[in-house]
Amino acid sequence: MQHAQKAAHFIADEARTDWHDEALWFVRHKRDLAANSIPEWESLRECASQIKDHTLSNLANYLEQFEANARANGVHVHWAADGAEHNQIVWDILRRHQVKRLVKSKSMLTEECGLNDFLEQQGVEVTDTDLGERIIQLRDEPPSHIVLPAIHLKKEEVGALFHEKLHTEKGVSDPKYLTEAARGHLRARFIAAEAALTGVNFGIAETGGVVVCTNEGNADMGIHLASLQIHSMGLEKLIPRQADLGVFTRLLARSGTGQPVTVYTSHHHRPKPGGEMHIILVDNGRSAHLGRKDFRNGLKCIRCGACMNTCPIYRRSGGHSYGVLIPGPIGSILSPGFDLAKNSDLPFASTLCGSCSDVCPVKIDIHQQLYKWRQIVAQEGELPPVKKWGMAAAGNILASSRRYTFFGKAARIALDKLPRFLVYNSLNTWGKRRELPQAPRESFSEWYQKNKGGKRV
Amino acid sequence: MRIGLFVPCYIDQFYPQVGIATLQLLEKLGCTVEYPLGQTCCGQPMANSGCEQDARDTYLHFVSLFDSFDYIVAPSGSCTYHVRHHFDIIEQTDAVQHVRHRTLDLSEFLLDVLKIESLDAFFPYAVGLHQSCHGLRGLRLGKSSERVEPPFSKMKTLLGMVEGLQLVELSRPDECCGFGGTFAINEPDISAKMGKDRVADHLRHGAAVITAGDMSCLMHLEGIVRRQEQPLRVLHFAEILNASK
Repeated sequence: MQHAQKAAHFIADEARTDWHDEALWFVRHKRDLAANSIPEWESLRECASQIKDHTLSNLANYLEQFEANARANGVHVHWAADGAEHNQIVWDILRRHQVKRLVKSKSMLTEECGLNDFLEQQGVEVTDTDLGERIIQLRDEPPSHIVLPAIHLKKEEVGALFHEKLHTEKGVSDPKYLTEAARGHLRARFIAAEAALTGVNFGIAETGGVVVCTNEGNADMGIHLASLQIHSMGLEKLIPRQADLGVFTRLLARSGTGQPVTVYTSHHHRPKPGGEMHIILVDNGRSAHLGRKDFRNGLKCIRCGACMNTCPIYRRSGGHSYGVLIPGPIGSILSPGFDLAKNSDLPFASTLCGSCSDVCPVKIDIHQQLYKWRQIVAQEGELPPVKKWGMAAAGNILASSRRYTFFGKAARIALDKLPRFLVYNSLNTWGKRRELPQAPRESFSEWYQKNKGGKRV
Repeated sequence: MRIGLFVPCYIDQFYPQVGIATLQLLEKLGCTVEYPLGQTCCGQPMANSGCEQDARDTYLHFVSLFDSFDYIVAPSGSCTYHVRHHFDIIEQTDAVQHVRHRTLDLSEFLLDVLKIESLDAFFPYAVGLHQSCHGLRGLRLGKSSERVEPPFSKMKTLLGMVEGLQLVELSRPDECCGFGGTFAINEPDISAKMGKDRVADHLRHGAAVITAGDMSCLMHLEGIVRRQEQPLRVLHFAEILNASK
């Protein structure tokens, strides 16, 4: 099903759509307050953008520097070309340590690789420990947002889920009560886990360390309790120097949730005494994307989610309507690179309003890329035939003043004279919820020739 | 100074009064304005649908009509943006570059070229300004709510010159109306919902009139207002600037 159909389904419940829209607009509003507290916000964005551009232009060198420094710190560094390789590496590490229970935190990358399903097939019990992630794991559904994975759910639905899965009191949906229940439930998992896996917000080439930014403290609890720690990191997470980090931490939380900084900004450099630390560097299509001149800077993304919160279409269609792991504007420019045929509708799930590009803390030209992907979708023959031929016809009409004048007049006469049921038929999607413009007797051009005596050119 | 008036296709066909208001306003300000006949479109419908190659001939036609003018003025931020930013797939001859640089939205022409500081206009109504996205974030006709910079707005500056006009504040000052060209047809449900929400914001804040720099957004909003029979009028800002006692 395409975005338009899934969006129509979502929007059919208008009260819920309004609730979803308001919830995310509230986050966008908090972001505005936080951004406006920093007078140099725009230069900070420019600085972050340039650091990321520079890093992407020298990625191979920085990756090697990162690997060398991490190894010198006693970290095991692995390279995974794709999701399957990543999962196999994780499984090999876990098997060697006879791990049966793994706690996980903060990783869209492992979602991308399908790690949970793979490990469960091997008999490993995987527990997502971020509250939102745990909720959707219990519901067996994908996240609908990269920072707020369960934003599509109301507290009553979480209450019902917890009653079923965690045996909380029936009908109770007090957030504090539910959070306490989740804490109790997760605490047992933390204690039992033999290994912890997290994603990575930033890898620092200069130090070989990784930085994980969280609010709940669960990533740290997992890592501190288990002797074996694994960090899965996309190639694009790299920044050159420790000194660059502050630029990004100032932007990340403010853009994502409107907080001045995430509650925890944890730096992991080396294994704890007696422990073992692994970093898996994952490509999975990233270097191919780096080769796409018009689209490479999508890899600057620091996964703050601001483009989703601001997107008027995302807010009114929900993350699941995009049918990809990373929804919203950023997902719509990254996903076509992975599978153009499957995701050819996503660049069109936008009005090109440009709010995403203006809100982006690393200045990705998201709406320009949506426009460029549209051209590629058409070139690759992925447009629906009716659109393809319609646009060829429109191009033919609009290139000629005679044809344009003829069809323009015909349309006005049809609008004026045809009975309503013929104009507002089922093919007229405009007319489903809107009136068409009232056709004037004469066009501007006709008025001008009559009143100003203009000559045809 | 030779000024060519560009009247976008949907204004030509459905909203001739907007073209007339633009022409009259410019003439009132002492400009000699020519409207080269044979105009069609900027090519945006094809290009935004992914078919910019199908728009090549339309681009060339546009350039051939307008390359002799010093300025090309359009009552549309969106079409102006398209000419300036997306006529990059045809050969960049002197004529093409001239047309791309010299095509201006009406508000830019009034403030940046004519540098007007006052207007003889009267419009005693509560007006809500819809900031059309391509003008706002494409041409930077004003500060978008996402950016951290001193506030400015060409549209508000001009509307501020109109006697009697009372500008209403909105909860969401620059959220997209959901028109989006072919988006309105491809995703009709979201498009209409976005428009409905915009209209509601204007109504809630007491607007009697919604205005904008782009008639395309207003065509969409008007369609919703009329379907829902709401007490709102929809006028292009050129019509307001051209209104007098």
